[in-house]
Amino acid sequence: MDIISTYGVMLIAIAAIVGFFMAWGIGANDVANAMGTSVGSKALTIKQAIIIAMVFEFAGAYLAGGEVTSTIRKGIIDSAPFIPNPELLVLGMISALFAAAIWLAVASYLGWPVSTTHSIVGAIVGFAAFGVGMDAVNWAKVGGIVGSWILTPAISGFIAFVIFISAQKLIFDTKEPLKNAKKYVPFYMFLAGFIMALVTIKKGLKHVVKSGDLSISAADAYIYAVLAGILVALIGKFFINKIKIDPNADKEMHFTNVEKIFAVLMVVTACCMAFAHGSNDVANAIGPLAAVVSIVQNEGEIASKAQLVWWVLPLGAFGIVAGLALFGHRVIKTIGNGITHLTPSRGFAAELAAASTVIIASGTGLPISTTQTLVGAVLGVGMARGIAALNLGVVRNIVVSWVITLPIGAALSIMCFLALKAVFGVA
Amino acid sequence: MASHSILGVFAKSPLKALEEHIKTVHEAASLLKPFFTAVCEENWTEATELRYQISQLEKKADVIKRDVRMNLPRGLFLPVERTDILELITQQDKIANKAKDLAGRYLGRELTIPVQIQPSFMAFVERNIDATAQASKAINEFDELLETGFRGREVELVERMITELDAIEDDTDEMQISIRQQLKQIEDELNPIDVMVTYRMIEWIGELADLAERVGSRLELMLAR
Repeated sequence: MDIISTYGVMLIAIAAIVGFFMAWGIGANDVANAMGTSVGSKALTIKQAIIIAMVFEFAGAYLAGGEVTSTIRKGIIDSAPFIPNPELLVLGMISALFAAAIWLAVASYLGWPVSTTHSIVGAIVGFAAFGVGMDAVNWAKVGGIVGSWILTPAISGFIAFVIFISAQKLIFDTKEPLKNAKKYVPFYMFLAGFIMALVTIKKGLKHVVKSGDLSISAADAYIYAVLAGILVALIGKFFINKIKIDPNADKEMHFTNVEKIFAVLMVVTACCMAFAHGSNDVANAIGPLAAVVSIVQNEGEIASKAQLVWWVLPLGAFGIVAGLALFGHRVIKTIGNGITHLTPSRGFAAELAAASTVIIASGTGLPISTTQTLVGAVLGVGMARGIAALNLGVVRNIVVSWVITLPIGAALSIMCFLALKAVFGVA
Repeated sequence: MASHSILGVFAKSPLKALEEHIKTVHEAASLLKPFFTAVCEENWTEATELRYQISQLEKKADVIKRDVRMNLPRGLFLPVERTDILELITQQDKIANKAKDLAGRYLGRELTIPVQIQPSFMAFVERNIDATAQASKAINEFDELLETGFRGREVELVERMITELDAIEDDTDEMQISIRQQLKQIEDELNPIDVMVTYRMIEWIGELADLAERVGSRLELMLAR
């Protein structure tokens, strides 16, 4: 109790710095996954990708980022065992942030595609199980996360498969692919805009409007989402009509020109992906931070329902954007040159599916990893025989990294926890 | 460095290299036209230069072929059978080898083409190059085949191309028969060994179209799966 009142401001400051570090890491590395396909398929330049990512990551984090935050803060560990010792929870959350940030930095340096979500979950589970006891961990929730290793890729893979096959049926495998692309691509744009808007309205806006009683009924939400979707589709159509169709490029099938149209769509899905990523992953950095702030401000009382302090969400969003702007371009560039044979239509199917899955999951509060959804989506497009070559060796490595991230995050967090306890002299 | 992130899952596709390879192979084969023009004119400096170019292209094709073979690891999920890809590129490569051998043989012996058969000889060479061009065209549809998931209209399109390739090959067969008859009529006036080698060379030229046809039928087999 004393520790919190004595070092309160300092603890918040440390948590904020470590949280920012974590957000920085997310921005610098994870965002490359969100934007890489667009750059790889040459739909966007690196510069454009960074600008889009900055705008939409921030928007996603700010508008739809609140729901997942609470899952990490309250869902994975049970706060009851911490009530007599709130300082343990504060130190633990700082340890968790620090551990996850370290793991993220190390893994990025080594080039391992780890899940930031699982780093933080592993870290929180680690200190809770160690510091308080196995009871403090909501093992059912952890089990749910392990289950998500299979479920999320499966869902996003399925969505990607359906999207890709539908594009085949409606556009590529028809007599006039070009004409059909012009006709149906705005519909895909509508879909992307609709999903994005729906989640923003239903899940996100209440975090912005502080009182929380922004009265939008379910029916209204759908109407607004449809309107937003139509708006996106109209803007997209405008740009499609501006494309210069090169009549000499492959006369028979016009695929080169069809891909140009998909490149416009790719811009929309890139926005969608960045938005989804921001909404889901900002929670990784700010969830624990929000918990620390809440406990300190309530003078050690672990509130059952903590109000998110106004500066926490922007801090996480800003951290992501800063990390992206300063280091993201390097990773994106590597990817942009590294991927071969990824056309806009294939990249679009993978990205839209991944974004939809993340947004849906973000709405349900399950802390899934964007890495997983993208892997699943890519596999889905591959299964539909769309991607020329999938490196299953890399897929296996990624899955292995999902599994080892939890224990490593836990171990690092236990070490940080012990160190912090020693520093602050907590028994 | 692509392994730096999840995007390493998009492996470098060997199918793009397949297109690159047949393009190089066809380029090598099409140089036979200026080469044989030079041979007809008995311009051996020009022929030497062209043979060198053909052999450079053949080497380039070899590098691509080796690259595909090396970069086709087991952990790669491909929309087509890996054995089919290896088989296809082997067939493609034979065309370049044959072009190189032909040029080498003519230059080595400074073998001339009898003036009487020169027009039909050149037409025969050109028709064989047409066959490699057609094979190259069909292989170049790989991109589009992938886009459509090896289904539907695009498959029909490629099948039409292969049918045309077969027709070109039939043409070359007939031309080969007639050119041999022409040669038979003048063979008494020529050096017997030269005549024998020329018969042999006519067969080799005809093999260009045969090989191109085999590339086409390999592709057809891939479509049939």
